[in-house]
Amino acid sequence: MMTRPRRVIIATMTLPDNVDATHALLGAGDYVADRSLATAVFLSLTLHRPLFLEGEAGVGKTEIAKVLAGTLGRRLLRLQCYEGLDVASAVYEWNYSRQMIAIRLAEAAGDVDRERLGDDIFSRGFLIERPLLQALEPHDQGPPVLLIDELDRADEPFEAYLLELLSDYQITIPEIGPIQAAQPPLVVITSNRTREIHDALKRRCFYYWVDYPSAERELAILALKAPDADAELSRQVVAFVQRLREMDLFKLPGIAETIDWAQALTQLDVLELDAAVINDTVGALLKYQDDIAKVRGSEAARLLDEIKTALEDGRAGG
Amino acid sequence: MNTPRAGLAVAGSGRLLANIMHFARVLRAAGIPLGPGTVIDGVNAVCAVGVGDRDDFYWALHAVFVNRARHRELFDQAFHVFWRNPRLLERMMSMVLPSFDHPGAVSEQALRRRIGEALQGGADAGDGEPPATEIELDAALSWSGREVLQEKDFEQMSSDEIARARAAVARMHLLLARVPTRRYRRHRQGTRVDMRASLRAALRSGPGTIPLERRRRGRRPPPLVVLCDISGSMGRYSRMLLHFAHTLAADRGRVTSFVFATRLTNVTRYLREKDVDAALERISEAVSDWSGGTRIGSCLDEFNRLWSRRVLGQGAVTLLITDGLDRDAGEGLGDQVERLHKSCRRLIWLNPLLRYADFEPRSAGVRAILPHVDDFRSVHNLSSLEELADVLSHVGPRHEEGVSQWLASR
Repeated sequence: MMTRPRRVIIATMTLPDNVDATHALLGAGDYVADRSLATAVFLSLTLHRPLFLEGEAGVGKTEIAKVLAGTLGRRLLRLQCYEGLDVASAVYEWNYSRQMIAIRLAEAAGDVDRERLGDDIFSRGFLIERPLLQALEPHDQGPPVLLIDELDRADEPFEAYLLELLSDYQITIPEIGPIQAAQPPLVVITSNRTREIHDALKRRCFYYWVDYPSAERELAILALKAPDADAELSRQVVAFVQRLREMDLFKLPGIAETIDWAQALTQLDVLELDAAVINDTVGALLKYQDDIAKVRGSEAARLLDEIKTALEDGRAGG
Repeated sequence: MNTPRAGLAVAGSGRLLANIMHFARVLRAAGIPLGPGTVIDGVNAVCAVGVGDRDDFYWALHAVFVNRARHRELFDQAFHVFWRNPRLLERMMSMVLPSFDHPGAVSEQALRRRIGEALQGGADAGDGEPPATEIELDAALSWSGREVLQEKDFEQMSSDEIARARAAVARMHLLLARVPTRRYRRHRQGTRVDMRASLRAALRSGPGTIPLERRRRGRRPPPLVVLCDISGSMGRYSRMLLHFAHTLAADRGRVTSFVFATRLTNVTRYLREKDVDAALERISEAVSDWSGGTRIGSCLDEFNRLWSRRVLGQGAVTLLITDGLDRDAGEGLGDQVERLHKSCRRLIWLNPLLRYADFEPRSAGVRAILPHVDDFRSVHNLSSLEELADVLSHVGPRHEEGVSQWLASR
């Protein structure tokens, strides 16, 4: 839920020329970034190499690509990976019905030169372009941002197929030949690490591990993404989530969960956390029954006491 | 070609020719692939440089016999042992004495057991006298046929039998039942029309028709995850099963292997080493809890938390290799096995203790694991390993049938 209007961005911004500018650029898109992330993004933008983002689910990997496209005024081309993703849905497909009509027309006209007909119907005019091929096309606003999302869900052959694209920004279609990008697109690849991506692919990218944010950064993110939440409540929410991340849970809550939870609590008009509220809403944070059982009840009360004391101390100290 | 013959004639004047030939056989047995042609080349190379200088001799043979980086070390060690470096020969003798229970001692040695054994084989063919200790050892071994070896328990095998069993393991293939993928391949009886192929065919065929080409879903074996217990009670089995895991990893892609005793170690990268001895050596260097006690529950907990999402994602088949003897008396083990079972396509428990006909699921660990596995098999000899390969090659029953059958047969 986006309550704050996005800032209007003048189309086609120039690329940032240092890390500070990159940091500011991400900030302009409401993305609270670490300096390390800004550095990786800057390198990727200047050296025209893909950015490989790995991290747990819900830490804002995909968001980076969206923010980059938004702030730079580029088109965002998104390729969601899944098992069995093939060339026909990722790169290009022939327009079969048009091809068939072309064959019929040629036959009706008595054109029997099948060699030439073959060249005709396997030419660019009969090509349906999918995201990867679209990314190589020239665009008015400048080269697009190509987001290859959750690459770990695709299978190894597809990963191997990407190698040519990522190193040379080129795609080879057997019937036509290689198609080279006019200007290299900005490529962002994300992975949830449900399997290891091959070294050959990682070698061609700048790698960045997107970690859970610090309390300070998480609070800043909440202020942007859940602006209606009470300031005190946000502080408690962040402290509680940070405390949960220290526990041995099967799935730790990500930033997306923190935002969900803060928004849920706001909807319920909660101004302060208490054990009962946590018990009722913990489903927004934890998605495994074992984890919920571990946290619910007396444990939640204990954690809550801990963080409240810590927050009191922090305030007294500050 | 006259040169080889001329070379042979020159070298043949001494015992050098026979020795180079034996040396080549030692190398071949140790794993460097050498054909007879290479041996002749080696003789010619030696003839060309002369036998006056030991270094020249070494590099001449090196230039011919070694053509892969990883063979250099093997060659070096074999050379010095074979061509009589007394100090190293001494070390080799101590090395050949079987010490399977002390993998640490083995890993300290620069020498590989394989060279020792290869040399042994080559030696009685004529060159030099094998050390006396080996003869004693050999006397203790009796020739056992393939069938005997098949049924013999790993624990009771002599070092020679272990070696042959390993060779047998190295030849095994594990054909996992292939599962349908979401990718389509051309197939004549496929259920879908392959438009691209059809249109190509239309250009080849005459006017008026477009012959339909078909495609259907492809199939491929699922990923495999091996969790191997290396605690003291597993003794020799775990080493043999690591050989098995090495064979699996070399045979097919998508195999992830872990060892555990008191803590969990991912050994996938080590097992990618082509040379099985080098792989096991690197594992024993990396693992600190070899032959200790077992804490199955906490190791599986670690696996579930840190690894399951990374390696079980695509419907993996999991082999859990343990005797179920848990130092923590099965505490928290049941929950972890249940979670593991729910995260993978099939969980197969391999337990060497099952070889005893009167095995009863009494220990707390065994009772905690048993309700959550899809299949429960013994791995204590070669035929049980082969059976395993057999079982995995077709889609097996889920828990209900798998284990209750075993329980019913009690």
